Amino acid sequence: MEDNKPKYEVFVVNTAQYYTLLTKKYGMRKKWQPADLNEIRSFIPGTILEVYVKPGQDVHAGDKLLKYEAMKMQTILEMPFAGTVKEVLVTVGDKVRKDQLMIQLEELAE
Amino acid sequence: MSLKRNILDLRRRKKEAQQGGGEAAIGKQVAMGKKTARERIKAILDENSFHEYDLFVEHTGKDFDMEKKVLHGDGVIIGTGTMYNQPVCIYAQDFTVAGGSLGLMHARKITKIMDHALKMRVPIIGINDSGGARIQEGVNSLAGYGEIFYRNTEASGVIPQLSVILGPCAGGAVYSPALTDFVFVVENISKMFITGPSVIKTVLGEEISMEELGGALVHSEVTGNAHFYALSEDECFEQIKKLISFIPWNNTQKALRFPTQAPTFPISIEDIVPSDPHYPYDIRDIIKAISDSSDFFEVMELFARNIVIGFGRIAGNTVGFVANQPMYLAGVLDCDSSDKAARFVRYCDAFNIPIVTLEDMPGYLPGVDQEHSGVIRHGAKLLYAYSEATVPKVTVIIRKAYGGGYIAMNSRHLGADFVYAWPTAEIAVMGPEGAANIVFRKEIDEAENPAEMRKQKVQEYKDKFANPFVAASKGYIDEVIEPLETRARLIHSLEISEHKVDKRPAKKHGIPPF
Repeated sequence: MEDNKPKYEVFVVNTAQYYTLLTKKYGMRKKWQPADLNEIRSFIPGTILEVYVKPGQDVHAGDKLLKYEAMKMQTILEMPFAGTVKEVLVTVGDKVRKDQLMIQLEELAE
Repeated sequence: MSLKRNILDLRRRKKEAQQGGGEAAIGKQVAMGKKTARERIKAILDENSFHEYDLFVEHTGKDFDMEKKVLHGDGVIIGTGTMYNQPVCIYAQDFTVAGGSLGLMHARKITKIMDHALKMRVPIIGINDSGGARIQEGVNSLAGYGEIFYRNTEASGVIPQLSVILGPCAGGAVYSPALTDFVFVVENISKMFITGPSVIKTVLGEEISMEELGGALVHSEVTGNAHFYALSEDECFEQIKKLISFIPWNNTQKALRFPTQAPTFPISIEDIVPSDPHYPYDIRDIIKAISDSSDFFEVMELFARNIVIGFGRIAGNTVGFVANQPMYLAGVLDCDSSDKAARFVRYCDAFNIPIVTLEDMPGYLPGVDQEHSGVIRHGAKLLYAYSEATVPKVTVIIRKAYGGGYIAMNSRHLGADFVYAWPTAEIAVMGPEGAANIVFRKEIDEAENPAEMRKQKVQEYKDKFANPFVAASKGYIDEVIEPLETRARLIHSLEISEHKVDKRPAKKHGIPPF
């Protein structure tokens, strides 16, 4: 399967450098990023049924943001804390993937 | 009055039923590059050995005008035959009959031959080529799948179960293969998925082809669902025959014994491994250098390539090899490689196949991705599998055996019968670079030239610990051997272990971390 002269990559395990090939799946992995609380993302693929907020709107904890259908279940997404809507990136009827950004909130002033 | 009339009538009926879905449907099957169910069975079994049952079974569907339809054999062929003159059971779904869809009687035929295989303690081969549940038969189809899964589980570890995916295998149907021991797939022909591209498109708007979603390569390389990947049906049938030659007929027997053959690998075992542990080589070359006829039959070749598993023979007897592969990801253990090796170890243990472990690995793959994917519980599978296995277990440490990986790769501590190390082995808590940074941190930090000091301390650690002799002094390894002695040592170890008895406490079953 391999070429005569494979091109080895440098691969670090416990500070030691090894020369080796990488696998396709290793190349497919996603870099981890900390969750951004100001991003309201879809947690399951689904369809947007209603959008309750507009950009610039102040919202309180518990306010409705979106109604969302996934796997034949309707779910209302609520505001987890008080804040301001910066951007609404979905409209009624949109199909969203898992982990798609739907609403961007303003950064909270510390 | 002669029986002639009845015999002629029987022949006519058989001929008609054996036509399956008829000429047009067979033409379509052939146009897709597929063989018919009957041709497939013939290609796998010994010549003229196939005996069919339930040819005249009819479906029982009553709704949606189904009662007017004739489905010959209800879309599946079952029977018995031989491979290497030994009996096997086989079934093949016939896509030309209602798309090979699974209705009640179709499932009954499959469970009948499965029951037979289990009772007679012979292998069962299932050829899957089906559009899925027969919707018109409703919950009866679901019942059929459930009854197949139950039998797959019952037979697991008692008789070999092989699944050959030669067409679509979608929805619930995928779980029978997933429960069996080995899954064979063929490029462009096999498709396995729970929800197909059309549903994914409707629900999610994501467009993906069947091949990209659940084709042969995806399951061989990415998901790990398939064990053997072939470019054609004929190649696939050869793989089936080869696999069958390595495994016993049931869990009370041993694999067929062949005459001892010397290895034929052209490179000396001393010249395969670079002495610098940071440089790779192909561990399969070592396996070939110690196996009879240098014949190594790799399982799951494309998945988690950082560990190599497969069958070979040593002095005529089948052994299962588990070996770290420095060529890929430096041979680290990770979620996928642990899972892959653990299941193989359990397979070998269930079917009385001794396990030979070749070790050369720098540790576990670091990263958030691994930790969050559960490398703890996946890694634990390998510890569990090795500890639980009571077949003969022999380990050869080639180079690196660091940290948790040293323990996991069939160490003495998990019950290895014989542990050998090459003089190049480095058995230590971690590699010299990492260890020196911790042990000599103060000296390095306070030195005038920390880089120089680190280099010196790494060398010091290497000289002291990066060798097999510390472990040998504790008896954790049994002997440090020259590479050229490896095969002879393995032959002797396996001979000595032939009548191994290793009794464990009675239990219903353990709770492995899966």
